[in-house]
Amino acid sequence: MSNVLANQERLKIFGLLSPAYLWLTVAIFLPLSAMLYFSFLSDVPFGDAEWTYTANNYRAFFQTSTYATLLWKSLKLGLMVTCISLLVGFPCAYVLAKAIKGRSREALFLLVILPFWSNSLVRIFSWAIVLRGNGVLELGLNAILPFEVDVNLMFTTPAIVIGLVHSYLPYVILTSYLALQAIDDNLIDAARSMGANKLTILWRIILPLSLPGLLAGAVLIFVPVVGSFMEPRILGGRVGTYFGTVIEDQFVAVFNWPLGAALSFILLAVVLLILAVASPVLKRAQT
Amino acid sequence: MAEVSVQNVTKHFGTLKALNNVTMDFPDGGFFALLGPSGSGKTTLLRAIAGFIFTDGGSIRIGDKSVEHIPVEKRDIGMMFQNYALFPNMTVADNVGFGLRVRKVGADEERRRVGEALELVQLGQHGDRKPHQLSGGQRQRVALARAMVTNPKVLLLDEPLSALDKALRVDMQIELKRIQREIGITTIFVTHDQEEALTLSDKIGILKNGTMIQAGPPREVYSNPADVFTAEFLGEANFLSKDGKGVLGLDAASIKLPAGTGTNATLAVRPESMSITVDEPQQDDMSKLPATLERRIFAGAMATCILNCDGQVFKVIARDQDIPELKEGGQVWLSWKPEKTIVVPSGG
Repeated sequence: MSNVLANQERLKIFGLLSPAYLWLTVAIFLPLSAMLYFSFLSDVPFGDAEWTYTANNYRAFFQTSTYATLLWKSLKLGLMVTCISLLVGFPCAYVLAKAIKGRSREALFLLVILPFWSNSLVRIFSWAIVLRGNGVLELGLNAILPFEVDVNLMFTTPAIVIGLVHSYLPYVILTSYLALQAIDDNLIDAARSMGANKLTILWRIILPLSLPGLLAGAVLIFVPVVGSFMEPRILGGRVGTYFGTVIEDQFVAVFNWPLGAALSFILLAVVLLILAVASPVLKRAQT
Repeated sequence: MAEVSVQNVTKHFGTLKALNNVTMDFPDGGFFALLGPSGSGKTTLLRAIAGFIFTDGGSIRIGDKSVEHIPVEKRDIGMMFQNYALFPNMTVADNVGFGLRVRKVGADEERRRVGEALELVQLGQHGDRKPHQLSGGQRQRVALARAMVTNPKVLLLDEPLSALDKALRVDMQIELKRIQREIGITTIFVTHDQEEALTLSDKIGILKNGTMIQAGPPREVYSNPADVFTAEFLGEANFLSKDGKGVLGLDAASIKLPAGTGTNATLAVRPESMSITVDEPQQDDMSKLPATLERRIFAGAMATCILNCDGQVFKVIARDQDIPELKEGGQVWLSWKPEKTIVVPSGG
C-alpha cells in the first residue's frame, strides 16, 4: 500500500518537474553543448569549410594580454555596477518595505518594475538621447542652473554604467525588498527599546538580516553585467570595448564562432570561480 | 526603578480616539496589569509609556522625569514583546547583551551581567544557542532577561504569556512574579486574560474604548466593579437587575440589599458566592431565590451548575461535595449573604 502511494507520489513529482527540465535541456543544455563542441574546432563546420579539432581557441586567450585585460575591465565594470545598484537599490527597497503602505507602495513598485517591461534596445537608445551633448540632460540642467554647463556623457564609461545600473537595478530592489519584508517590525522596536539608535539598528539588525537578499541581488546583477555587450556598444562607442563585445564580434562581425565560444566558456569559468570563492561568505549569510 | 504616572493622556489615530483622558498611577516596585478587550487601548497606553508613540495631550512621568517628548531609545525602559522579538541572527548571549553593548559597558562587564541575567531566568547554559534552537518557554525567558539586563526604570510586557500553552503559562506566571519580586522593578503588563491579571498584579487598570473604567487592587475591582462592563468582563456575574430594571420578577423581600443602595442600581452576584440547597434556607439574613437546576458540569473538585431562575440563566460554581445530589430539572433554592450582592452604581 505504502509502496503504491510512494510510486504515485513519485509519478506526480516527475510529472511536475519534467516540463521544466525538458525545457532546460532543450533550451540551455543542448545549445551550450553545441557551443562547447564548437570551441574546440578550428573553423565553423558549416558549408564546405575544412575543420579539425584544436585547443587553439583557448590558447589564443593566453597568447596576447588583450583578452585578459578586457576580461579584467569587464569584471571591474560588473563590480562597479553591482556596488552602485546595491547603494541605490537598498534604500529604495527599505522605504518600500518599511515606510510605505497601501496603494502608494503598489504604484512605486510599478515604477521599479517598469524597466523590465520596456524593450532593452529602446531603453538604451533613450539613454543615448538623454546623455549626448546638447541632449535632454544638458538642456534640462542648463534650464535650471544659473550658469552654463557642458554635459556630454555619451561614449564614456559613466554612460555605460548609468545604462547598466538602470537595467539591473530592479533585481536588487526586488531581492532586498523580499528580505526586508521578512524582518519583523518588532525586532526594530525591540532594539529601540534597548536604546539603539538608527545607525546601530541598521548595522546590527537590518543589514545582517537582509544580507541574503542583497547577495542574491548582487549575483543576479554581477553575472550578466560582466558579459554585457549591448550597453557598452551603444552607450560606450569607442571606450565600450569589453569582453562581452569582443565575444559578440566573433559571432556577428568576424564570424569566428569557435573563438567566440571559447571566450564565452572562459568567462563562464571565471564567473563560476568567483562565485565558488565567495560561496563560504554567501553560505554564512544565510544562517 | 521608579514610579510611573500617567495623567489625562489622550491619543488620536485619525478620527479614532485610542486613548481618552487616561489617568493611572503605577507606584514604585509594583506589578500592574492593563486589562481590556481588543481595541480597548491597553496596548496603545503601554506603547505610549514606552515611547513608541507620542501622545496628543496629558503627561507621562517615569521617576521624576517628564517623558512625553523623549523617544523610546532614551527613556531607559525594558520591553518584552508578544512574539518575543529575539534577534534571529544573534546568539542568546548577544541578544541579552545587545542593550549593554549599545550602552558601551565594556566586554567584561557585559559578559558578567549577561551571565547573571541568564542565571536569573535559569538559562545559564544556553548562552551560545541561537533563538531558533530554543523552546517557546525558553525564548520567553531570554526575552525577559534581555528586557531586564540594562536595569531599566520600568519593565513593560506586551501580552507576555499569550504565546505559551496553558500549562507553561501557569509556570511562567509564577516565574515572572518571582523574578519581579526579586528585582523589585516596576512592571506594567498588558493582557486580555482576566485571570492572568487577577493572579499577577498588585493593581489592575481596566480599559474600554480608550477610557480607563476603573483602576485598583484585583480584589477591590472584582468585588466592587465600577460598571456593568467591568462586572461582566472581570469574572462572571449573575445579574439580578440592570440599571434599576429588574431582570427577573423578583420578590423584593427575598433579596437583602446593603443600606443606601440607589433604586436604579445594577445588582449582580458572582457564581461562587451563591450556594444551592434543596429546601428553602431558614436564615432570615440571607438573600434567596427559587430556581431550576438545568445542568451540572463536574470538573473535579469544583462543579459548575447552570440554573434557570424565572427565565434567566444563572451560573453557580461550588465545591462538588457542597452541591446536593439532584436530578437535572429539580427545584432548588439559591442563597447568598447580602454583602455578596454586587451593587454597581448606575450610569458608571
